[in-house]
Amino acid sequence: MKTTRRTTLKGIAGAFALGAGGLHWDVAKVKAQTPKRGGTLNFAISAETPHYDPHGSDTYATLHFAAPFYSTLLRFNLSKFPEVEGDLAQSWAVAPDLMTYTFKLNPDVKFHDGSTLTAEDVKATYERLRNPPQGVVSTRRATFADIATIETPDPATVVFKMKAINASMLEHFASPWNVVYAAKDLAADPASPRTKINGTGPFTFVEHVKGSHVSGKKNDSYFKKDLPYLDGWKGVFTLQAAAMLNAVQGGQLLAEFRGISPAERDRLVQTMGDKIRIEESSWTLALLICFNVEKKPFDDVRVRRALLMAVDRWGGSQGLARISTLRSVGGVVRPGSPFATPEAELVKLPGFSKDIRASRVEARKLLDEAGVPDLKFTLWNRNLAMPYTPAGIFLVDQWRQIGVEVEHKQSDTGPYLAHMNAGNHDVAVDFTNLFMDDTSLGLAKFLSITRAPENRSRSNDEVLDKLYDDHLRERDPEKRKALIRAFEKRLFEQAYQQQLLWWHRIVPTHKVVMGWKMSPSHNLGADLAEVWLNA
Amino acid sequence: MLRYTLNRILLMIPTLLGVAVLVFFMLRVVPGDVVEIKLRGDGGNVSQETIELERKRMGLDKPLLVQFGEWMVGMATLDFGKSMWTERPVIEEIALRLELSLQVALMATFFAVLLAVPMGTLAALFRDTWIDYLVRILTIGGLSIPSFWFGMLIMLSLLALFNWLPPITFTPLYVDPFANLTQLIWPAMAVGYRYCAVVARMIRSSLLEVLNEDYIRTARAKGVFEKLVISRHALRNALLPAITVIGLEFTFLIGGLVVTEQVFNLNGIGQLFVQSVSRNDFTLIQGLVMLIAAFYVFVNLMIDLLYAVFDPRIRYDT
Repeated sequence: MKTTRRTTLKGIAGAFALGAGGLHWDVAKVKAQTPKRGGTLNFAISAETPHYDPHGSDTYATLHFAAPFYSTLLRFNLSKFPEVEGDLAQSWAVAPDLMTYTFKLNPDVKFHDGSTLTAEDVKATYERLRNPPQGVVSTRRATFADIATIETPDPATVVFKMKAINASMLEHFASPWNVVYAAKDLAADPASPRTKINGTGPFTFVEHVKGSHVSGKKNDSYFKKDLPYLDGWKGVFTLQAAAMLNAVQGGQLLAEFRGISPAERDRLVQTMGDKIRIEESSWTLALLICFNVEKKPFDDVRVRRALLMAVDRWGGSQGLARISTLRSVGGVVRPGSPFATPEAELVKLPGFSKDIRASRVEARKLLDEAGVPDLKFTLWNRNLAMPYTPAGIFLVDQWRQIGVEVEHKQSDTGPYLAHMNAGNHDVAVDFTNLFMDDTSLGLAKFLSITRAPENRSRSNDEVLDKLYDDHLRERDPEKRKALIRAFEKRLFEQAYQQQLLWWHRIVPTHKVVMGWKMSPSHNLGADLAEVWLNA
Repeated sequence: MLRYTLNRILLMIPTLLGVAVLVFFMLRVVPGDVVEIKLRGDGGNVSQETIELERKRMGLDKPLLVQFGEWMVGMATLDFGKSMWTERPVIEEIALRLELSLQVALMATFFAVLLAVPMGTLAALFRDTWIDYLVRILTIGGLSIPSFWFGMLIMLSLLALFNWLPPITFTPLYVDPFANLTQLIWPAMAVGYRYCAVVARMIRSSLLEVLNEDYIRTARAKGVFEKLVISRHALRNALLPAITVIGLEFTFLIGGLVVTEQVFNLNGIGQLFVQSVSRNDFTLIQGLVMLIAAFYVFVNLMIDLLYAVFDPRIRYDT
């Protein structure tokens, strides 16, 4: 097909339209076709994992590398996200008081070394997660702090008994990070999953050439009938976007599953026409405006609130969405997700007014009242072009419009985090990165610093802490939602931190790649079991 | 000559020691460490206790002098420690990439020298003619165009004209020479063009200077054939400064091709350097700096020894 200006614009408009519609029509088309077997999927991974152990990792680079080799107890059903479905668990039962979770495991599940999976393997895995032995890092240790005991009445049954109710427990059992290891491997060396792979996933490990690629081949003993479809896959580390785009355009790589920028999307659509499929979704990532409440004048709520009120998120989202991965205006929960605050309520919260003129007049008044009419400060930001730099420049401009002078300083990730963790920043562009919408994780960052060291506003607020604990133990979804709203209102009124904008995920795949499912998290759907090539 | 060489080799030790001290302590001035980036760099809600435990496990809680001492003792036995990011031996991490970087550097040098010597010589011999002008245009182009941009042009041209790209993953030369060369010839050309321009200009100006020397006039007066005057007397002397440039450029290519490696998705030393700096992987940075420093010292020694080969007047033992 000849690429003309008109076809290009049509393609871009089509991509936007598909994005606006959420999960797009190709999914339906995929279902209508019979999957073909065979072939090798080559795709880009834009970062390289430092080790192979998802229990001790928080980067998608580990999951895009390791997920095809492993299984989890439950998993998210991406066609009905955020519903969960069984993975290793054939069925499960939750006691009415939410204090006992019983899982029946699929029979005849084999590890790649040929040994059979039993309940003891699940138990050993979760013991490692909640109480890691010396030399093992479990980044989700706190998540499983509410588990009292793990029992294995028979080789196919695992029973988790809780110390306290955790309304998000099923979602945590579906977390892609909690892959199941063999008990015997952990007994021999609890740290072995960092360097060795022995899972029950759809693919077996072939090789990892450091700095170059990782590859897997079909697991013929995979417990899910007739899966996987692919003979194998190869994830190529492409750390520079230009190299990745060239490779996708040239057909060497067929997909990049994390997400690309709008400009990169437009280039692919322009050059590849109908050979490329673009899927878009809102994303479980957000940038935050974060005030250090231990520093003057940011210890004054009027100053913090004034600065939030000066930011035109609604207008900014339109412009920033064209040049960066930032797009959606939202509160503490991802816009569009079940617990998200509707727009009509959101606009009543400080910082979300659509009448930006009035909001800025109010902001100026608050600064005058606080005795800082000529406010000057430094905005601390991460030195990543997408989307931190445009976000920082946008904020500097927004604050300039109420007469505030801001110096924008950017730094590499190491010094950036160290500077904020030491409390040396005035105001910072911080971030949240979640794999699901559940608030037990999403709200934890805003708890008092004595409970949450990742709270870089350094605030201490017992009201927020109590609201969080109450929502965690609340079983009624409506009451839970009300507690989340109350949490959000309190957080934004106190203006410790606030979401600037939520990210927007854009995933390019060649049209021959079928069966892959889009979701709001780049950490989900990475096992490739149902992916096939229509070649 | 032997004594001189031995002296120079011995002098490498304090030089490298100085580099080691500088790199070790300068790195520790930078705030933050690898544990923070590894566990919180992607937004992980990791407890401070976990961070501290991991720091302890990696030995980052030990006093700086103890860490330095352990590193120095390790280096004395050629054990450069483990990468703080991957926890694999630094030597292994570097060796994996060095093969590719060395090959690109060698191919670029070969390409550059092969073209630069005739270009520089012809430009000097035919000064202010169209040949000289053509060489000048080509060399100014080489100096002005950044290698990575030239590399991008090459890639985009291959895509646009042939809908083809070189292989995206590295295959060693001994495994599949064709796949290896089809991948590495393009980056070698991209960096070799600038390299060639630098060397050609150096040869041209140096040769012009030498051609005015008394000994050239004497050789011509003695009736020596012009070809011999150029090749034996003029070019041999004119190559001396070019050798220095070739040596330094070669060493630069080992670790300095960061952006070019990114454009061609090459798994080389330059990319490793940038990644290790962005991750605060101190042990790997230290290993890489020591490697590059050792290369520089070694290549400088080689250049000095080559001087004696090309210029019989230079005798280091006298």
